Amino acid sequence: MRPKHRRLAYVAGGVALLGAATALVLTAFQDNLVFFYSPTDLVEREVEPGRRFRLGGLVEEGSIERDGATIHFVVTDLAETVPVSYTGVLPDLFREGQGVVTEGVINEQGHFTAATVLARHDENYLPKEVADALKDSGHWQHAEGAEQ
Amino acid sequence: MANLHRFANPAQFQRLSRALLPWVAGITAILFVLGLYFALFASPPDYQQGDTVRIMYVHVPSAWMSLFCYTFLAVAGAVGLIWRHPLAFMSARAAAPIGAGFTFIVLATGSLWGKPMWGTWWVWDARLTSVLILFFLYLGHIALSRAFDDPARGAKAAAVLALVGAVNVPIIKFSVDWWNTLHQPASVSRLAGPAIDSSMLPPLFLMAFAFMGYFFTLLLIRIRADLASRKVQALRVAALAAAE
Repeated sequence: MRPKHRRLAYVAGGVALLGAATALVLTAFQDNLVFFYSPTDLVEREVEPGRRFRLGGLVEEGSIERDGATIHFVVTDLAETVPVSYTGVLPDLFREGQGVVTEGVINEQGHFTAATVLARHDENYLPKEVADALKDSGHWQHAEGAEQ
Repeated sequence: MANLHRFANPAQFQRLSRALLPWVAGITAILFVLGLYFALFASPPDYQQGDTVRIMYVHVPSAWMSLFCYTFLAVAGAVGLIWRHPLAFMSARAAAPIGAGFTFIVLATGSLWGKPMWGTWWVWDARLTSVLILFFLYLGHIALSRAFDDPARGAKAAAVLALVGAVNVPIIKFSVDWWNTLHQPASVSRLAGPAIDSSMLPPLFLMAFAFMGYFFTLLLIRIRADLASRKVQALRVAALAAAE
């Protein structure tokens, strides 16, 4: 084998092995790499009460209730729901139908108390006129609803 | 191969790059003027984000360029290691700080966008963390290529790092699909077509081409400067030898 070909084989083999090792590691740590759990994940995996974790999903339409400085709402992934309460400053994008990621603890009754609430932005970018036109013509589907 | 080796000759490269540079620089300048005009004035605000959407026209092109530059580093590293092409390590050395700059811009503009939109400057989700690792890989490449007295050894070590770090490139791209993240999924390169309204695509693509042109302008200038400084070095050594 010419030295050039030997070096090519080393580099190609090394990169292939490294890629395979990385793929295995990432698959093994799948659970630790997700940023938040969805309400369905909570049903499947039983998070112990009092442990801090992140819950993500959509703010259910019509679920927001304000009680002084505290706000109550329901996080849904369109299959399961979790009631959430939070006291503090909300991001500008927070509204019904919007994606949110909240961090906090869940109690035995399945009620989530959030310490922080972050808004999630979807991948859609539209001028206001186009968004209004879509709503008027009835072609509007809230973008987040299509997700997951 | 014989054809490619013509460009491997540094004198040939100096001639070719001197002819190309004004054109590349001029086209880049025109693209920046057009791109910035469309991005800042001639495109509509977003229905949710308002004018904050304009950060995207800098953020997304620099994100693309940060991945492009790293791929360039890895390919140049492989070409240098396997075929010993004399310009390969030199172009990797020239490209690394430019890529680090693009990565810094993407992290900084993302942070500025994240505060008003998400409500936080930074989170440790898979996308943001993998891009931060990319930034550190660039810094490691810059440091490693200058860490040895013998520049050839530094270039080889940096090339190995570039190849090892290349596994991070697909991780960054697909992080938003493989795991749930706070960062939104891809808007442009997706099977269903762009999720960005057509009125917002011209500034985005103009800025992307401007960033690409900016990369090649800087790359040519940096390689030319590197070649010139090596020539000065060689002349100094020759002058010292002659004086003895």
